[in-house]
Amino acid sequence: MSLRLENLIILRDGAPMVALDRTVAPGEVLSVMGPSGCGKSTLLACLAGALPPVFQARGRVWLDGREITDLPSHARRLGMLFQDDILFPHLSVAGNLGFGLARGVRDRAGAIEDALREAGLAGMGARDPATLSGGQRARVALMRTLLSAPRGLLLDEAFSKLDTELRAQMRGFVFGRARAHGLPVVMVTHDIEDARAAGGPVVDVMGRVL
Amino acid sequence: MARAGLWAALGLLALPVLAGLAGVIAPAFGYLPALGGTELSLDPWRGLLGWGGLGHAMRLSVTTGVLSTALSLAMTFLIVAAWQGTRSFAWVTRALAPMLALPHAAAAFGLAFLIAPSGWIARALSPWATGWDRPPDLLIVNDPLGLALVAGLVVKEVPFLLLMTLAALPQADSLRSQMIARGLGYGRVMGWMKVVAPRVYAQIRLPVYAVLAYSMSVVDVALILGPTRPPTLAVQILEWTNHPDLRLRFQAAAGACLQLLLVVGALALWRLAERLVARRGAGWAAGGARGVGADRVLRPVGAGVALAIGLAVGLGLAGLLVWSFAGLWRFPALWPDAWGLRNWAGQSDMLARRIWQSAAIALGASVIALTLSVAALQTQGARPARIMGLIYLPLIVPQIAFLPGLASFALILGLDGTLGTVMAVHLVFVLPYVYLVLADPWRAWDARAGLVAASLGARPLRVLWAVRLPMLLRALCVAFAVGFATSIAQYLPTLLIGAGRVGTVTTEAVALASSANRRLIGVWAVVQMALPMAVFATCLTLPALIWRNRQGMRIG
Repeated sequence: MSLRLENLIILRDGAPMVALDRTVAPGEVLSVMGPSGCGKSTLLACLAGALPPVFQARGRVWLDGREITDLPSHARRLGMLFQDDILFPHLSVAGNLGFGLARGVRDRAGAIEDALREAGLAGMGARDPATLSGGQRARVALMRTLLSAPRGLLLDEAFSKLDTELRAQMRGFVFGRARAHGLPVVMVTHDIEDARAAGGPVVDVMGRVL
Repeated sequence: MARAGLWAALGLLALPVLAGLAGVIAPAFGYLPALGGTELSLDPWRGLLGWGGLGHAMRLSVTTGVLSTALSLAMTFLIVAAWQGTRSFAWVTRALAPMLALPHAAAAFGLAFLIAPSGWIARALSPWATGWDRPPDLLIVNDPLGLALVAGLVVKEVPFLLLMTLAALPQADSLRSQMIARGLGYGRVMGWMKVVAPRVYAQIRLPVYAVLAYSMSVVDVALILGPTRPPTLAVQILEWTNHPDLRLRFQAAAGACLQLLLVVGALALWRLAERLVARRGAGWAAGGARGVGADRVLRPVGAGVALAIGLAVGLGLAGLLVWSFAGLWRFPALWPDAWGLRNWAGQSDMLARRIWQSAAIALGASVIALTLSVAALQTQGARPARIMGLIYLPLIVPQIAFLPGLASFALILGLDGTLGTVMAVHLVFVLPYVYLVLADPWRAWDARAGLVAASLGARPLRVLWAVRLPMLLRALCVAFAVGFATSIAQYLPTLLIGAGRVGTVTTEAVALASSANRRLIGVWAVVQMALPMAVFATCLTLPALIWRNRQGMRIG
């Protein structure tokens, strides 16, 4: 599994603000860095298939050898994590995981219980997500994404709201899972520590290696 | 499909208004084949101008409409300017939402019962202060100047404008602006008026226009509280429309055109006044007067205004309730000599029938309005389409100016007097309110939740059903409740389209206005207020109950 950005250019009012031509290997993390407003999040929105209409994108995006450039968000199979966990507040923890779990899985309860255990949350399925700690919520969000069997991950400042200790823990958890599943990851961040921990190439939005 | 929803919603709003206007303009110039009018003529206008009360009725419409709008706006701004950010203000704002569910007619009846010569105020002051041992022969309700009518409109429009203002405050950056003004040494009220008011007004301009148009042409409140000889123009038009002499229909149509012109003219003048105030106000704001001392007077006045409105509505409703259970009640006794269920028992069959019809119409109209609003909002994405400004059309064109035309079409097509047609016409007025209530929370929803759901493989329809709608359940419930209340409150649409065969608790209550039977009015007005209130309470409780184990779904 790999994610290929082929001459991907994002224009605003005709001026390029993002230009990348790279392949992200399975289990590799491409870190995109830059100050706020440089277009990092726009890049992720574009990859997720939710580019706001004021922007235009050129180039092509391939995932796993399949072109996804014009696919709608739900058909891309790219999991997303934001700095907020965005757990659905109306569903229980298990409900959130079930929402992510692909249809057709036979033992749904078992799969959810396994995921909870893997995240150190065994027995917490019935809980209201609002009653979990920040670190627990972040792990539920990640497990929810992994249960949807994504072919790649997009991280939008995913660790920036966690405190230092939790951040290191969570990084290890996310990158470890990505490697274990062989998922290509694109991470945008303004924190060099995130990029160092990821271990992969670090570029700015115009593709210059940092 | 969603795009179709947007156009369906807009068509639903604009078409009936335009068709209705056409159905009024044609007979105003003598053309209405169904009634034998096949030639264009100016006779309807001659008839209208020949009516001796015309000048007076027109003047009443303008004075009561403009006065009540200006008063409501001034009171609203005063209350917010003087008290925003305090604990009592937070309390007042919470008490507001249910007041919006209260039909105009019920509030008007309550006020009438309170201020009438035999009302609670007179009873409380008699005989020790007034010397009255029988109700004095004073024309307080239905006074020739229309002051009671103005009061009745103000007590309902201030809560409405307050809610609109509250919704506009965050966008006007009111808290920080006010803090800066205070830091520069301005008094509370003066600072707010100079810094926040202009921005807030720009946001609530359309609701203010709606209030002006409504106040100038209202029928039900004017039937209850307004002058009678002559009445306001709108009431007179209705009288002609329902007159057994069908030839007066033409004159009524001409009157409806005149009413529309009056409203358009008043709106134009109001706009002009806005410019004038803006120009003067800019100089005033730059003048630097701090007005610190003014707070000592204006803050108590603002509190007094809010309290007076709350008491007028609250005591009025209590009065209705007491009258509905009253047996013998002598003047000036504060309470009835005898209580009983007789007033209710005598009406039970009719009550059951009217409650069922009202609820069916309101339920249908609100559900359809909610569905169309969701479809229209879903189409627009993050930015509201400009064309949605049309949503205000049915709220600004006076009902009396286009509903008679719509009623003619319904009659010609044989559709009048059915539950479905009445529901459809209610929808024209329910839809704008439902849409406006739903639009803000709909757009405030965190779109990232939708993106996350989509990235988990959920198709757009599933994102809507499984994520967005449940997360917005509370807003949907409130919008439904507002729609329900709006439908229950409709008087003219039910009266004109229902053609006597479909009636609601509101038509029944208002029909009693000219009777002196306070007990009966009490019964019907209580039902009229209780029905939307009950739905409102249910709609506020339901989401809290459903999401009782979900802290993230609580407000604030």
